[in-house]
Amino acid sequence: MSLQHYLVISSILFTLGIFAVLTRKNAISILMGIELILNSCNLNFVAFSRFVEPAKNIVGRDDYLLDGQIIAIFGIVLAAAEAAVFLAIILAIYREFGSIRPDEVDTLKG
Amino acid sequence: MDFTLKTFIFYGFALLTIGSALAVVTLRNIVHTAFALMVTLFGVAGLYVFLQADFLAATQVIVYVGGILVLILFGVMMTSGRLEMRIHIERGQLLLGAGISIALLMLLLTVIANMPVWKNLTDDGRSLEPTTEQIGTMILQEKFLLPFEVVSVLLLVALIGAALISRKEVRD
Repeated sequence: MSLQHYLVISSILFTLGIFAVLTRKNAISILMGIELILNSCNLNFVAFSRFVEPAKNIVGRDDYLLDGQIIAIFGIVLAAAEAAVFLAIILAIYREFGSIRPDEVDTLKG
Repeated sequence: MDFTLKTFIFYGFALLTIGSALAVVTLRNIVHTAFALMVTLFGVAGLYVFLQADFLAATQVIVYVGGILVLILFGVMMTSGRLEMRIHIERGQLLLGAGISIALLMLLLTVIANMPVWKNLTDDGRSLEPTTEQIGTMILQEKFLLPFEVVSVLLLVALIGAALISRKEVRD
């Protein structure tokens, strides 16, 4: 397994997430697309930190291989916060408009 | 390339991830797409295991499958009546989105294939120790302590905000 295997997988996941965000007419499906995008980003972080060695003279230690994994953990936390706020907004919109199709929520449209 | 059991399992996980992600974006029933997303998240956790990120794989299963996916299913159940389970898609938007996505994928694959620094990087000969202890040390004692505190405050703020937004209005 080389780095490029992981990069190809993660770019396919990213593209599918973009496709879901662009075409879906349901706010929860858009959230699923965003989760796919975040997963592809985390996979990239972990793969790069596994394969690419940074310059040795930065810190002079050998635990740099874990930096990408810790960034990915922070990414998972941010995804959890984002999903909670997203679903709260969706519930509020559903109570207000009776629908969660993004093109029907157009009160601000001139 | 020798076709050992390890590469076989790797390609299995890769196909599982990509196939279920395709199901996430193409299925028409939103509950089915939620379960396909579960399979995708498990596949990504398997890829983390191949990258020797054992703690991260466990975190992925616990937080994503156990937390976020249940949250998404709650959202589906609370906002979709029986009629709205099916997702409507407009044809023109579908073609436009597919075009943009395929162009983006071609761009990314071209960059990946032509970047000379990334070629011939393999993970032979380097194996990590179990990572949980090292990650705990790095987060709680070393350079990631401040980001850890910041992200915990952010999570608290986001959860309080979510509870505030989603509660019913109290009229007095």
